[in-house]
Amino acid sequence: MATVTRPLPGQVVRERRSAGLWSDAWGRLRKNRLALLGLFMVLTLLFLGIFGPFLAPYPYAQQDLKAIQQAAADGYGIGPLNPGQYGHVLGTDQLGRDLLSRLLDGARISVSVALVVQLVILLIGVPIGAIAGWFSGRLDNVLMRFTDIIYAFPDLLFIIILSVVFRETAFGRTFDGLLMIFVAIGLTSWVTVARLVRGQLLSLKETEFVEAARAIGVQDRKIITKHLLPNGVGPIIVAVTLGIPGAILAEATLSYIGIGVQPPRASWGSLIAEGYKWIRAEPHLVLFPAICIATALASFTFLGDGLRDALDPKLKGKQ
Amino acid sequence: MTIPNEQTGRDAPTIVEVSPADARRLVTQEKVSLDKRPKAEKLLTVKGLSTHFFTPDGVVQAVDDVSFELGYGETLGLVGESGCGKSVSALSVARLVPNPPGRIVAGEIVFDGIDILRLGEDDMRKLRGKEIGFIFQDPLTSLNPTLTIGYQIAEAIKQHMGLSSKAATDRVVELLSKVGIPRAKDRLKDYPHQFSGGMRQRVMIAIALSCDPKLILADEPTTALDVTIQAQILELISLLSDEFHTAVLLITHDLGIAAGMCDRVNVMYAGRIVETGTVDELFEVPRHPYAWGLLDSLPRLDDVRGDRLRTIEGLPPLLISPPDACRFEPRCRFARDKCREKEPALTEREQPGHLARCWATEPDGWIPA
Repeated sequence: MATVTRPLPGQVVRERRSAGLWSDAWGRLRKNRLALLGLFMVLTLLFLGIFGPFLAPYPYAQQDLKAIQQAAADGYGIGPLNPGQYGHVLGTDQLGRDLLSRLLDGARISVSVALVVQLVILLIGVPIGAIAGWFSGRLDNVLMRFTDIIYAFPDLLFIIILSVVFRETAFGRTFDGLLMIFVAIGLTSWVTVARLVRGQLLSLKETEFVEAARAIGVQDRKIITKHLLPNGVGPIIVAVTLGIPGAILAEATLSYIGIGVQPPRASWGSLIAEGYKWIRAEPHLVLFPAICIATALASFTFLGDGLRDALDPKLKGKQ
Repeated sequence: MTIPNEQTGRDAPTIVEVSPADARRLVTQEKVSLDKRPKAEKLLTVKGLSTHFFTPDGVVQAVDDVSFELGYGETLGLVGESGCGKSVSALSVARLVPNPPGRIVAGEIVFDGIDILRLGEDDMRKLRGKEIGFIFQDPLTSLNPTLTIGYQIAEAIKQHMGLSSKAATDRVVELLSKVGIPRAKDRLKDYPHQFSGGMRQRVMIAIALSCDPKLILADEPTTALDVTIQAQILELISLLSDEFHTAVLLITHDLGIAAGMCDRVNVMYAGRIVETGTVDELFEVPRHPYAWGLLDSLPRLDDVRGDRLRTIEGLPPLLISPPDACRFEPRCRFARDKCREKEPALTEREQPGHLARCWATEPDGWIPA
């Protein structure tokens, strides 16, 4: 018969780091160039969103009427300034407001939309999905039919109704109307995350390590937060990252049709809406905000795709 | 309602089904508390335990009227082939039967003086892990891949013993060295995938032992391991259970393991105990044809090379509405009409404490001792 193992005599130096889920995932993400590019652009966007207004050459609402008059006197006609004219790198709109400054302020709006909306989604979607998945049975049925209803409800209609109802209230005016946009987009798009979390829990709660955790007397709440969610967090992160472009786009769409952020603030969507009137003569007024939106969407999508590959354990060892 | 039995073709007798609502009442009637513990002679007394699974196809009587006792510090084996109710019995003792669809519908489980079927869920949770440890079959899937080994062992300790995290860590290191993991301190921050199968089972044992339990339920603890590791793990379990004076309920389908580890052995078949006795009695004078079949199917050193291994023909019956007949009868070489008419009771054989459920080996049966 075998015996109990004894420690080795003498010291063995361990040169192995404790590789966890996250360092593994980071190692895989690092090899993905597109994802790194996405990460870099996302970080840049975050930086501009936070510090942009301090870097901007002018306050976003300031009209440079002198430059407009000067341009008229110099024979350019009355209208938006072209890029590079009279100290405005990206030109101005027809009221003489510096486009670069307005874009930087728009970045702040887009970044906050990206973060706050996803936070709202997580705060609603994760608990609902977790409760539905863990308790299953009747509660699951009720919650999932509720999410089906939300899913079936037309998003845009809901947001328009909400903004019409609350436009003149304190809630509607908070943060230049942004808070309402956050809540409205969040309320309509938590469904995907809820379903994802529910599916994750349904499969994970059948695993043996959950049974083992129950066998040592861990409470349900702790099993969900300590054992289940960390195992399901990969797909959630991916869903959130890939959901950000949708939220940015939704905000831009709302601002474009005029129910988003209130003037004089401008988001990239409302900049396009304003610039659209001048698209023949001054295409840069549409072009630059459009480039901003496209870049932001692409960077989050690249990062999200990279994260999905990095966090999916089934892909381990491939690529 | 009568349902023709597939194997005998005759109508099964009417079965009184316990409705889920009744079963719930059974578990929730007058709560007992953990604080008042009458003194108990035996650590674990299971009486008339029936655990049924309410499936769409019918009620599966996975464990049916099972009774056994386990003394302090003893090791009891539950043997039998797959699907005969061994694991469900153990899960019932810890009240971990997945519900729905499973439910304990009848019986009494007295653990250290407490009727645990009448414990509230919170009190039950205080027992699990603290006084009843569990070792699972597959160490590869029983550890959470996203948490460190150190955390997972400390989890039970923090839960039940109220130690500070420093004291808990010391205890974890002590436990890990106890179960034979070298350089335990360096490995606290490691994840399960950095451990081999045998080492992970050692970790599981450390978790089961972490709060000095009075009882360990070991559900086929070595099935997923290779033979050499198996021997090490079993030796470790018996060594540590001796050291801590822990009783072990060992579930296995390997009679060799049961012979080596256990004081007493229960042979289970189709949700029932068909024979129970000390290891010596059971291996020297088995008194149930199923036990003969199990012993006979072991490969032996004096087997002729190239001969086929002996098997018990057929499969265990479905446990939905079993007839009132010996459940082993369709596979039994010694069966007579009597076996098809009424199910035998678990009665005493030549030695006191050696019981079997067979018409043929009863004193007036056709297979004398």
